[in-house]
Amino acid sequence: MKSYFAKGMYDGIPIALGYISVSFGFGIMAVHSGLSVLAASIISATNLTSAGQAAGVDIIEASGTIVEMIMVQFVINLRYSLMALSLSQKLDSSFTAPHRFAASYGITDEIFAVCSAQKERLRPAYMYGMIFVAFAGWVSGTAMGAAAGQLLPSAVSSAMGIVLYGMFIAIIIPPARKQLSVLIVVLSAAGLSILFRYVITSVSDGFAIIISAIAASVIGALLFPIKEEEEAAG
Amino acid sequence: MKLMIYIIVMAGVTYLIRMLPFAFFRRKINSQFFRSLLYYIPYAVLSAMTIPAIFYSTGSYITAAVGTVAAVALAYFGLPLIAVALAAAASAFAAGFFI
Repeated sequence: MKSYFAKGMYDGIPIALGYISVSFGFGIMAVHSGLSVLAASIISATNLTSAGQAAGVDIIEASGTIVEMIMVQFVINLRYSLMALSLSQKLDSSFTAPHRFAASYGITDEIFAVCSAQKERLRPAYMYGMIFVAFAGWVSGTAMGAAAGQLLPSAVSSAMGIVLYGMFIAIIIPPARKQLSVLIVVLSAAGLSILFRYVITSVSDGFAIIISAIAASVIGALLFPIKEEEEAAG
Repeated sequence: MKLMIYIIVMAGVTYLIRMLPFAFFRRKINSQFFRSLLYYIPYAVLSAMTIPAIFYSTGSYITAAVGTVAAVALAYFGLPLIAVALAAAASAFAAGFFI
C-alpha cells in the first residue's frame, strides 16, 4: 500500500457509500423540519453522526431547550466514549496529542469498527484518510438529500438503507465464526437489544445500545478473559 | 441566531464525548477484565445496533430479511466489507420486485 492515507481512504469507501445513502435521508428529513440546505450540511459537517443529528433536528424543530439538547446528545453519543477508549489502546506512537485532538472528531460507529478490526496499530494518516472519504460522503449526501429531495427512485433509496448494517455484519461474522467467545458476546448483545426493542420499551434507543453492549461485553470478559497473546492475534 | 446556538451545542457535546477519552487516556490498561471488556465492546456495540434494527432498514421486513441473509452468508465466507454491504443492498433491491 502506497501510503497510510491512501489505505485509509480505500478502507473507507464502503463507509462513504453507506453514508451517502443514510445522510441523503437525513438531508430530506432536515429540510422537512424547516432547516435550510446550508444548515443541514453544517450540522452534518460538524457532527458526523446519524442518530445524534436526527434527534438534534427534532429538538430544533420543537424549539427544545439547550439543556435538553445537551442531554440527548450526551446519551445518544455516549457510546463514542467507549469506542474512543477502546481505540486509544491501539494507537501508534506517532499519534501525538494534536493528532488525537484532530482524529477524535472522526470516531463514528463505522470508522471505529473498521479501525478496531485492523491488525496493526493505528496511525494518524490512516484515520485521516478514512475520515476524509467518510466526511465527503456524509456531507455531500446530506446536501444532495436536502437540495433535491427524492433524487433516487424510492426502490433504490430504501434498499440502500441496509448498506451500513451489511457492513456491520461483515465485521462481526468472521471473528464470531472463529472464536466462541465473540459468538457468545454477539448473540448476547443481539438478544438484549431485541429485549429492549420489544419488551423493555421505555428505554431510549441510545441507552438500549449502551446497556446491551456493556452487559454482553461483561459476560464475555467474565467467561472468556483475553490473554495478551490472543489479543495481538485477534 | 438560536439555530446557530443549537448547532454549536450539538457539535460541541458530540466532539467532547469523542475527544476527551481519546486524547487524555494515555495509560495502557493492565486489568485483564477491563482489557477483555474493551476487546469485546466493538462486536457487542455493532451487534446491538444491527439487531433488530436491520429488519427495519429497508421499509419492508421481507426485503430486509433477504438482504440480511445475503450479508450473513457472504460474511461467513469472509468476503470483503464492501462486497457484503453492497450485496445486502442489491439483494434487498432485487427482492423488492417479488413482493
